[in-house]
Amino acid sequence: MPLSNIFDIAGSAMSAQSVRLNTVASNLANADSVATTPDTAYRARNPVFSAVMQGMGRNAESVGVKVQGVTESQAPINKQYQPGNPLADATGYVYTTNVNPVEEMANMISASRSYQNNVEVLNTSKQLMLSTLKLGQ
Amino acid sequence: MPIDLDSAFGIHAQALQLRSRRAELLAENLANADTPGYKARDIDFKQVLGAARSHAETLTTTQPDHIQPGAANPIGNVHVGFRNPLQPSLDGNTVDVQVEQAAFARNAVDYQTSLTILGGRIRSLLTAIKGD
Repeated sequence: MPLSNIFDIAGSAMSAQSVRLNTVASNLANADSVATTPDTAYRARNPVFSAVMQGMGRNAESVGVKVQGVTESQAPINKQYQPGNPLADATGYVYTTNVNPVEEMANMISASRSYQNNVEVLNTSKQLMLSTLKLGQ
Repeated sequence: MPIDLDSAFGIHAQALQLRSRRAELLAENLANADTPGYKARDIDFKQVLGAARSHAETLTTTQPDHIQPGAANPIGNVHVGFRNPLQPSLDGNTVDVQVEQAAFARNAVDYQTSLTILGGRIRSLLTAIKGD
């Protein structure tokens, strides 16, 4: 029954969006982390979404969302002159992150809106299924 | 006179199936609103239901042994098309969340309408059976 597939579809989207919210939280939490070398500095993480098709072509059934993996941003790492920092290297520099807090906030709002959308879809489908069960009473 | 449930419910039973299939497709579109490269899909409700209606027509029989086409279910194999995007995005995604939300809400109301009509038919049948 197609209506019950909606639970799987919207559920997969909600879990994907919650992974996205998790990476945003991780990025914002580490926005001010510093490291001694550029290699060990924190890099912004982003999930990669993909559609999971069951079936072939345009009649494919039940397209959910899957998180293919989490990529690290390749944007350049900033460095700051902080000779007093215990993590500073021999020349007095520490390496900060490439997290852009503004970008992360926008990402967070988008993820939370998408999550809410899917909750609404679930609620509506649940109501429709309950009404169908009460048919003829 | 035997009561034929299929003719009592008419096209509404098939309409209900089609509405639930469409709700599934629209939920897929909304679920993949942030998936790069995803193409929004939908079905042409009027065309599919018209095909179901013409399919439901009976054949002319000249002998009592002639077989009528059974209650075929043409809803199971519907033609799913891709939506023409109003504002395609750079990542190849063609889901327009507002359009999909509006379509989903409208489809939910239409589903309720079909349910109400079917409920009314069932109540009339029950009245006829009980006779009060």
